[in-house]
Amino acid sequence: MNEHTVKRFEDELSELKAKVLAMGGLVEKATKRSMNSLIKQDAKRAHKVIERDHAINALEIEIDEMTRTMLALRQPAASDLRFVMTTIKVVTDLERMGDLAEDIAENMLKTGDHPLTQISSLQSLSDLVLDQLKEALDAFAKGDLDEAMTCIENDKKVDEKFKSIQREYLTYMMEDPRQISAGLIATNIARDLERIADHAVNVAEMVIYMVKGHEVRHVDHETAAALVNGTLQDET
Amino acid sequence: MNSETVENTLTIRDLKLWYGDFEALHGINLDIQKGKVTAFIGPSGCGKSTFLRTLNRMNDRIPSCRIEGKIMLNGQDIYDPSVDVVQLRSYVGMVFQKPNPFPKSIYENIAYAPRIHGMVKDGPEMDELVESALRRASIWDEVKDKLQQPGTALSGGQQQRLCIARTIAVKPKVILMDEPCSALDPIATAKIEELMDELKEEYTIVIVTHNMQQAARVSDYTAYFYLGDLIEYADTHTIFTAPANQKTEDYITGRFG
Amino acid sequence: MTTENFQADARKRKRDRADKRFKFYGFAAIVFALAFLVFFFIDIISKGLPAFQQAEIQVEVHYNAATMKNYNKAVDKKYKRLVSKTWLRLVPNQMRDKPELIGEDRLEWVLAENRVDQFLKGHEGHRLKSKHQKLVKQMLDEGKVRLVFNTGFFSKGDSKLPENAGILASAIGSVLVLLLTMLFAVPIGVMTAIYLEEFAPDNRLTQIIEVNINNLAAIPSILYGLLGLAIFINFMGVPRSSALVGGLTLALMTLPVIIIAARAALRAVPDSIREAAYGLGASNLQVVWHHVLPLAMPGILTGSIIGLAQAMGETAPLLIVGMMAYIPEAPGSIFEATTVLPAQIYTWSSESLRAFEERTAAGIMVLLAVLLSLNAIAVKFRNRSENTW
Repeated sequence: MNEHTVKRFEDELSELKAKVLAMGGLVEKATKRSMNSLIKQDAKRAHKVIERDHAINALEIEIDEMTRTMLALRQPAASDLRFVMTTIKVVTDLERMGDLAEDIAENMLKTGDHPLTQISSLQSLSDLVLDQLKEALDAFAKGDLDEAMTCIENDKKVDEKFKSIQREYLTYMMEDPRQISAGLIATNIARDLERIADHAVNVAEMVIYMVKGHEVRHVDHETAAALVNGTLQDET
Repeated sequence: MNSETVENTLTIRDLKLWYGDFEALHGINLDIQKGKVTAFIGPSGCGKSTFLRTLNRMNDRIPSCRIEGKIMLNGQDIYDPSVDVVQLRSYVGMVFQKPNPFPKSIYENIAYAPRIHGMVKDGPEMDELVESALRRASIWDEVKDKLQQPGTALSGGQQQRLCIARTIAVKPKVILMDEPCSALDPIATAKIEELMDELKEEYTIVIVTHNMQQAARVSDYTAYFYLGDLIEYADTHTIFTAPANQKTEDYITGRFG
Repeated sequence: MTTENFQADARKRKRDRADKRFKFYGFAAIVFALAFLVFFFIDIISKGLPAFQQAEIQVEVHYNAATMKNYNKAVDKKYKRLVSKTWLRLVPNQMRDKPELIGEDRLEWVLAENRVDQFLKGHEGHRLKSKHQKLVKQMLDEGKVRLVFNTGFFSKGDSKLPENAGILASAIGSVLVLLLTMLFAVPIGVMTAIYLEEFAPDNRLTQIIEVNINNLAAIPSILYGLLGLAIFINFMGVPRSSALVGGLTLALMTLPVIIIAARAALRAVPDSIREAAYGLGASNLQVVWHHVLPLAMPGILTGSIIGLAQAMGETAPLLIVGMMAYIPEAPGSIFEATTVLPAQIYTWSSESLRAFEERTAAGIMVLLAVLLSLNAIAVKFRNRSENTW
């Protein structure tokens, strides 16, 4: 793509992108760290996640400010407009993911002296979710449709895993009522992870809009794929 | 496109235009829909103004200008030798870049064309026509007390609305506007844009503009011209959010040149 | 080179000096030109003003049979040389017109001879004999000699006797010639300009015409006289010296000026006005007639007036078509021999009598006044044409 005639605008766009990716990095790190705190029974790490959430929130505000200014002063159109709109949406999703990572850390702290024992399935769920998040962010960074589609497809696996975890902990809790509070915490964490994955899907969908100009939210997967491949024209 | 019946006022097929040996338009194909605002955008020298002027044969005035192809207006080729240019121009009116009222009274500015076309006689009938034209161009309230004052004494925006009123007075079906706001301030521009919105209920409007935001604001369809070619023609929403052509994209986003 | 302070240095002083020098040259040129103009006006006015006054003397006029036979008897012999011969000659006619005068002796103010006039005005070279000088001085003391406003200058035609010479005939001639020039040159010139500017295709032929019109405007005017002689007099048989041939010749000369001025005026009408009219479906003729021409009119008129003023001051071509002759009577029609103001001035300037000199100057003053007022009208039109559109 050619450079903008207005160099400043070009610079602003790349700065905006860099900020969003930085925010994505922070979210990724927070998710990873909260899971690690759970695995390693390290309350310190959990506290750190909670402390660091404000950095994510601050970035959200900063990026919002930037996009507002750009809309008012540059009146972006076409791909620029889609990029800025995507940014606005993605930032909200990222901020929610940050909150969810914080929630995981808080849940970890609730376990206190009774650490969760059966966490291997949670761990594999978090691996799936982190992969998905990485795919979404990569898709955003490179405008890569394939990554975005992979991210959306992988959501099915996450959903299945989440359901199996719910079932698993339900069995534990039924077996041993003393495990109920731990079980609830574990299912909460699983739900947090699942929702992070949902937000990652949102990001991926926005990336598709950003690149192709087609709306793939709230359509079934086949239609979305067809829109991306260009075999189907957008109705809107 | 969807299946609802669309009525095309103008159908342009393979239109080529030369100034002497220079080919300024390379085979334009375009359908202009009735009752809509169609905007032509593109960098300077892309042929959009030239193309606009072919639609009411204003380019007939340029001796070296030659045309090939067809422009059908309601199914009739306007370049057919049997067509009366005077009739055509009263059917396809034009508003120009620089407000150009005649150096006569406001009343005379409006009454002139109906008079030469023999539409109504001077007197109460003409008064009525003048008033309705000025009203429809939403300038009546500003000028009703000074109809005998020269049109050139009005502000730029008022002058341009006067010119629109003058065009409406002939009761055209199509109004061509060649960068009608390029000489106006934002408030005057907004008034003209509002006016265009009202007018499109009755008229088919084609506007050439350098101001992309204006095209985005006022038009239903947008055509992007580049170096004498029609690059992309689609509904304005699509052109400005997700154009199909990379050249359009570059122009719209300011990555041009 | 660049310094941070903005104080005047040597370069600035040098620049200022150059500025001042340049201003001074311009100013000096204007002063020089003005000095010439002032000198010219003072010279002409001081020479010409006395011509607006004419000496009269009071004598006893004898209306009787002897006078009827010999008009020299109308006044006493000693005054005979003091009164104008033209008046003397007309006394018998007067008696024929008014028989009741016969037999009376009347004291009357009569036109003085030009030498008396010149002597009274104190001009050198009046050539009045010394005995007459004494007589005039004596009459002056008696209040029998006076200077009055010279109505004859405006009411009479040319004459070989300077006290009787006036500009009326040539003024009427000028008006006739100018009217004819206007009649021929303006419509043809304006129509040509409109055709070339608004209708003609831009091809070789029109380009050649254009170049030639520009060349014609630069041709020495005497050639137009030769052209007029060849075409109008020799070929078409228009009477020589007539207002018609003068008007036609001057029309020929003025035509390029009017065409060029009219074209410039038409070109100055903004194209947006034409576009507006065409855009409303006006025909070519309607565009030109309703919009372009009214807007160009002041410019066309300015150009025409300047062209006509130029024609009015022209002598050379008229010389060739025979308008420099001695023609004392105002013409009765455009076919009769006539003269024009500049020709009259030229004729007088070559007369030997001292009294003609001041009449030459007075004639120049009249011509200048007419030309200046024509130009003033032209300027007024031009100012009006500077309206915004």
